Amino acid sequence: MRDSNSPLQQKFAALKRRAREAWEALRKGPLVLVGAATCGRAAGALEVLKVLEEEIRKQGLDARVVEVGCMGHCYAEPLVVIAKPGFPSICYGYVTEGIARRLVQDFLGGDDPCLEFALAALEPNELVPAFSDFPRGQVERAVLLEKCGLIDPQDINHYLALGGYGALVKALSLSPEEVVAEIKASGLRGRGGAGFPTGKKWEACRLAPGEEKYVICNADEGDPGAFMDRTILESNPHQVLEGLAIAAYAVGARRGFFYVRAEYPLAVERVKAAVRDARAAGLLGPDILGSGFDFEVEVFQGSGAFVCGEETALIASMEGRPGLPRHRPPYPAEKGLWGRPTVINNVKTLAYVPLIVERGAAWFRGIGTPQSPGTAVFALAGKVVNTGLVEVPMGTTLRQLIFGVGSGVPKGKAFKAVQIGGPSGGCLPVSCLDLPVDFDSLAQAGAMMGSGGMVVLDEDDCMVEVARFFLDFTQKESCGKCTMCRLGTRQMLEILESITRGEGRPEDLELLLELAEDVQAGSLCGLGRTAPNPVLSTLRYFREEYEAHIKERRCPAKMCQALIAYYILPEKCERSCDACVGSCPVEAIFTNEDRLKVIDQQKCVKCNSCMEACPPQYKAVIKLSPPELVRELERKGGAK
Amino acid sequence: MQKITLFIDDREVKAPAGRPILWLALENGIYIPNLCAVPGAEDPPAACRLCWVEVEGYPRPVTACTEPARDGLVVRTRSPRVDRLVRAAFELLLSAHRLECSRCPKNRACTLQEIARARRLPLRLVRYRKLARDLPVDNSSPAVRYDPGKCVLCGRCVRACRREGTGILGFARRGYERRVTTFGEVPLARAGCSGCGACALACPVGALTLKTKSV
Repeated sequence: MRDSNSPLQQKFAALKRRAREAWEALRKGPLVLVGAATCGRAAGALEVLKVLEEEIRKQGLDARVVEVGCMGHCYAEPLVVIAKPGFPSICYGYVTEGIARRLVQDFLGGDDPCLEFALAALEPNELVPAFSDFPRGQVERAVLLEKCGLIDPQDINHYLALGGYGALVKALSLSPEEVVAEIKASGLRGRGGAGFPTGKKWEACRLAPGEEKYVICNADEGDPGAFMDRTILESNPHQVLEGLAIAAYAVGARRGFFYVRAEYPLAVERVKAAVRDARAAGLLGPDILGSGFDFEVEVFQGSGAFVCGEETALIASMEGRPGLPRHRPPYPAEKGLWGRPTVINNVKTLAYVPLIVERGAAWFRGIGTPQSPGTAVFALAGKVVNTGLVEVPMGTTLRQLIFGVGSGVPKGKAFKAVQIGGPSGGCLPVSCLDLPVDFDSLAQAGAMMGSGGMVVLDEDDCMVEVARFFLDFTQKESCGKCTMCRLGTRQMLEILESITRGEGRPEDLELLLELAEDVQAGSLCGLGRTAPNPVLSTLRYFREEYEAHIKERRCPAKMCQALIAYYILPEKCERSCDACVGSCPVEAIFTNEDRLKVIDQQKCVKCNSCMEACPPQYKAVIKLSPPELVRELERKGGAK
Repeated sequence: MQKITLFIDDREVKAPAGRPILWLALENGIYIPNLCAVPGAEDPPAACRLCWVEVEGYPRPVTACTEPARDGLVVRTRSPRVDRLVRAAFELLLSAHRLECSRCPKNRACTLQEIARARRLPLRLVRYRKLARDLPVDNSSPAVRYDPGKCVLCGRCVRACRREGTGILGFARRGYERRVTTFGEVPLARAGCSGCGACALACPVGALTLKTKSV
C-alpha cells in the first residue's frame, strides 16, 4: 500500500474536505428531507415538497428542503424527515399537504414537533421512539441501504461527506489482484438471483486473455413486484458507480456500462447525473485522481424485454442484435460484450463492493451465514401490513421478515404462502416460515433468492392462479428461441388455464409435473430453466388445491371465476336496503316475493361489485365454490 | 490441428479438438436428432433442444451441438434421461406443427419423420394439447410456398436466404409468437424474394417447399 501522503490521497482529501464543509453547512440549520424516489413520488411526495418550500418561504424561515431517495417505509409514503437542532431527527409518515403546512408552521416556525404525525425518530432519544425501538428495528440491519433516504442522490458532496469514494481510493492504492482477493475472501455472492461467487467471476475475467475488457452493471430489474435495484439507483447511485469503478480496476477494464431499463426514467436520470458529477470531480475519466487508472462509464437503456436481464441476452441487445440468450459457455467473463471479457454484476452486488473494500472481508463475513454472507434486500409486497424495502442479515427467518418486519397479514386474514424470487421463484407455505433466508435454503425448499421480490399471499389467494399468473408472465417474456421454453411454458400455461377454468383432467397434474421438469432440464437459458419453479413449488406444497379444482371443480380460495358463484344469504339480507341492486352493472340482482335480494346466476358476471356494496353490518353477499352450491342453497331456501 | 480421441456409444472417434460432438457423431454414422444446427456455422443456435447426449462425468445431459470434443470424452447418445428430453422437445414441436404428412410435399423427406423413425416416437400428439396458431399460408412467391404453421423455427432458411438469396427472411416477435417472416411481415413476393429456392432446400420440414421440382 502506498503511503497516506501520496498525490492520490491528497487529491481525494481535498475533495472530501470540500464535501464535508458543504454537508456541515447544510446540517447547521433546520433541514427537511423529503423521500422522493419513484415510490414517494407516486404517493405525492413532489406535491408535499412544493408545499414545504412555499410555506417555508411564506413564513420567512431559514430551513433547507432536500430531495432524498427512499427510506424503505413505502407503506407510509410520502415520508418527511425533519432534523432541527435541539431535536432528534424525526420521520413523519403519510404526509399530506395539510400536514406539511402544519410541520412548517408548528415545528420549524414554533417548537412543537407535532408528534401526532411522527412515525419514529431516526436515532434513539428521550422524546420519540426510534425505528430501532420497534420490532422491525430488531430484525432489520441497513448495510446496503445505510445511506438511502438520508442523502441527496443528486449531490455527490453528500456521498463524499459520508465517506463515499474512499473505497475506490483505497482500491487504487492496492493491486488489482489484491482487490479481487478481498472480494473472494468476503464470500460475496451475486445478488441478481443465482448467487454465483462474485470474486470468482472477477478472477475469471481478470485472467481471461485480452487487452480490452468491460464491466456492466445489470439494472434490468424486471420481476413483477420487485423494486430494489430501482430504489438503490434512485437513492444512492454513487455507491453503485463506485462499485463499478472498483470492479473495473480489479478486472482490468477501462470502460463500463449501466444497463438500466427504460421504464425506470428517474433511475436513468440519477445514474446519468452521478456519472457526470463523478467525472467532473475527477473520480471517473482519464487518470482518476492521478492514479493512472482510466475509466469511462456510459448509460445504456434496455427496451423492456424481461429476458435481457439474462447476461448473454443483455450483451446481444447492447450489441444491437435481438435480445436472445446464447449457449454458455463461453461465459461473458471470457467472451462477453463484442467478444471481449466482460463482468456483469447486479446493482446490489456492486453496491456491496465499496463497503467490503473499505471495511474488509472479515467484516462482511461477520454478517449473515457462512455460505451466504452479508444481508438480503427484499421488496416486501402483497398481503402484508408494512410493505416496503427491507434489508436483513442473511439467515433471518421468513417468519421474522413477514411478521417481525412486515407486521403480518392485514385484516386478520390467515397467512397462506410467500412467493419469493418472482417468476423464477417459488411459493413457500406456513411450514417453511422458520426457514432461514439464504441462497441455499431457499433453493432447497424449491424457491429462489431471485433478485429479491417477496410477495405475501393470504387465504384469499388461489395457488393455482398464482402459478398461472407467473407462468403467463414467463410465457409472454420467453424470447421464443428454444423449443423447451417457447412451447413448454405455453403447454404448461394451457394446462393451468384449463384447471382454473374447471376443465382440468385428472392426468393433467402428472403431465404438468413432467413438463415442468423437462422445461427445467432442457431450456437454453436461465429464464426457461427457472420458469417452472412457481408450478413445481405449488404442486409440492399445495397439491390438494390443484386436486380440488380438478376433482371437485372447487377453488378453495374462491378466486377462480369459473369455479365460484355469488350468493345473497336470505337470513342476513336487509329488506330496506338495496345497495347491491344499484352496484350491479348487469341488473342481475332482483327482489323476490319476500322482498329479499336474489342474484340471477345466468346474468351475473362475477364482478364482485355487490360484495363490496353490501354494508358491513349485513355482510349478506358470499362467494360459493363450486358454483353448484347455489342451487342447493336456493332449493333449501325454497322449501322453507 | 491437434487430433484427439473420444468415444461415442463405445466407438472410438478421432477428431480435431474442439469440434462439436454432434458433427463427429453424424460423420461416424451415429444419428443424433437435430434441426437447427448447420455445419460450419460459428455459434450454434442450440435452439431446437433435440441433440441431447450424456457425457461421462457430467451431472446432466448436454446438447451435442454445443459440446466441444475433448480427449478421452465418453459420450452416450441414448439414456433414459436423454430419451425423455428428446421425446419432450419432439412432442412440443409436433404440438405446434400442422400435422398432415400424407398431403405434405415433404412427406418421406421430413426431418421430423426421420427423428420419429430413429427414436421410435409417434408422429402424433400423445400427451400435449394442440397449439393452433392459424397463420395463413404465403403463396405469393412463384417459386416457394411458405406454411408458417409447419415451421419449427430452426432458422436454417434465414441463414440460407442471407448467404444465397436476397436476405429477406428473419425472425420476428417473441415467445410463442416468434416466427420466420419478412421485414414488416409482408408476403415473400412483396419483400423482394428472388425465387432462388435456397430457403426451401434448407428447410428440414414442410414449411418452405418448392412449387416445382425443376428449380
